[in-house]
Amino acid sequence: MRTPIAEDLWTDEAEPRLIGGKLPSGEVIFPMPEGDAAEGVERHPLARKGTLWSFTTQGFRPKSPYEGPGEGPHDFKPYLVGYVELPGEVIVESLLVDAELDDLEIGMPMEFAVVPFNDDHTTFAFRPEKN
Amino acid sequence: MEDVYIIGAGIHPFGRTDGRSGREQGVYAVRQALDDAGLEWKDIECAYGGSASSGSADVMVNELGLTGLPFTNVANGCATGGSSLASAQYAVGSGAFDLALATGFDKHERGAFNASPKDYGLPEWYGQTGMMLTTQFFALKIQRYMQLHGISRRTLGLVAEKAFRNGAKTEHAWRRSEVDLDTILNAPMINDPLTKYMFCSPAEGGVALILASKKKMDELGAKGVKIANISVKTRPPDSFEVFQPAISVKDGGKPTQLASRAAFEKSGIGPEDVEVAQLQDTESGAEIMHMAENGFCKDGEQEQWLAEGRTELTGTLPVNTDGGCLACGEPIGASGLRQVYENVQQLRGRAGARQVAGRDGKGPKIGYSHVYGAPGLSAVAILER
Repeated sequence: MRTPIAEDLWTDEAEPRLIGGKLPSGEVIFPMPEGDAAEGVERHPLARKGTLWSFTTQGFRPKSPYEGPGEGPHDFKPYLVGYVELPGEVIVESLLVDAELDDLEIGMPMEFAVVPFNDDHTTFAFRPEKN
Repeated sequence: MEDVYIIGAGIHPFGRTDGRSGREQGVYAVRQALDDAGLEWKDIECAYGGSASSGSADVMVNELGLTGLPFTNVANGCATGGSSLASAQYAVGSGAFDLALATGFDKHERGAFNASPKDYGLPEWYGQTGMMLTTQFFALKIQRYMQLHGISRRTLGLVAEKAFRNGAKTEHAWRRSEVDLDTILNAPMINDPLTKYMFCSPAEGGVALILASKKKMDELGAKGVKIANISVKTRPPDSFEVFQPAISVKDGGKPTQLASRAAFEKSGIGPEDVEVAQLQDTESGAEIMHMAENGFCKDGEQEQWLAEGRTELTGTLPVNTDGGCLACGEPIGASGLRQVYENVQQLRGRAGARQVAGRDGKGPKIGYSHVYGAPGLSAVAILER
């Protein structure tokens, strides 16, 4: 049974949402700050749907503190990363799944998902919205 | 503030030098700068310097001599060199000192930089899940920029091709062989749309600059290059910077735009006056975007500029004349000062095979340099002959 990569990163509900924060000014931020920085910030679950703002591939295995699957460069699988704009809220950086590089286009609809990350943990991601 | 001049410049070749520490490369550069200025170490009245991975700069007094001078360590990421230079300029410009040293050096391990989330006030999961990489940031930024402003992959390749062509002409460069456009475009993809040859690598090297008041320069009979302005700016609200798990939906400003505008305004010099420019090119997309952010062209015009060769050594605005970060590599503490060193050489007509002719054919009179770094800061230096 995999556990989330971090606590309180997304909500525990049937359709989970990333947990952001709302500043007194109304501005939405992500992630929800901790400690003194959280003072005056209201917990604010983010929208599950948005549009692709930019994207790229990660072609080499990052050094520590990366904890992705596999043991070293020999079994590293390149992955996709992007920013997804949640309208009126914030633009979040995320792993992108269920897509190939050629499928991606700036502006395309994306939806939130919680996915397996390594043997121990799940993480959050966005994938092209399914019709 | 009084005018301040650079009267001595030294560099330790960038790249890999086994058996010589980062600091020793810095000391090498300081000795070369002293020779260049016709000075001895005991003449230097104060010093500013730093490195990201090679320890404190003030330890250099062990090798250079225990003269008792105040030596301030500077730690400002990629802008360490820019901040050291600005501090040295303030020290001399204020009238407190007549001769100051600005130096930077580094020696990094092979492979991409790995930043610690904690050092940047970020949660661990951001690094654990593989999103905290400088290379990704630049790819994400140029990917969007290319779509919004019509920049082609070929143009990214042309930037790298120029860098290696200039590097081949530069004694202090690391990559000294030309690489053709097809090889660059067809190389392994690191972060789409950027291939292996479009990224700089962490490297080693050292740079030293000696700054003097006008009075001291005249007294020494030295011929220096005037610092017209140095502006350092940290990021404004709602900007898009390296290492951000989220960005604002509002379109904010950019630290480079702020530093550039301030430097132009305070020096009374305009982008059209600049005859040689060194722009932060940690990857080829950065050079493209920084051409516009520094006010040299409008967004999207780079496509035509590169096609016409306007940023070549023989173009109307030669950019990264020593091959930039792409050909020299990036020793963080030294990189920003290398740009200034290159402009000093260009303005003094000492750039050899890569010498820029300038508008009147007698060498450039105005040189511009720009550095950008995490977590979102820029330093611009304008030099004038």
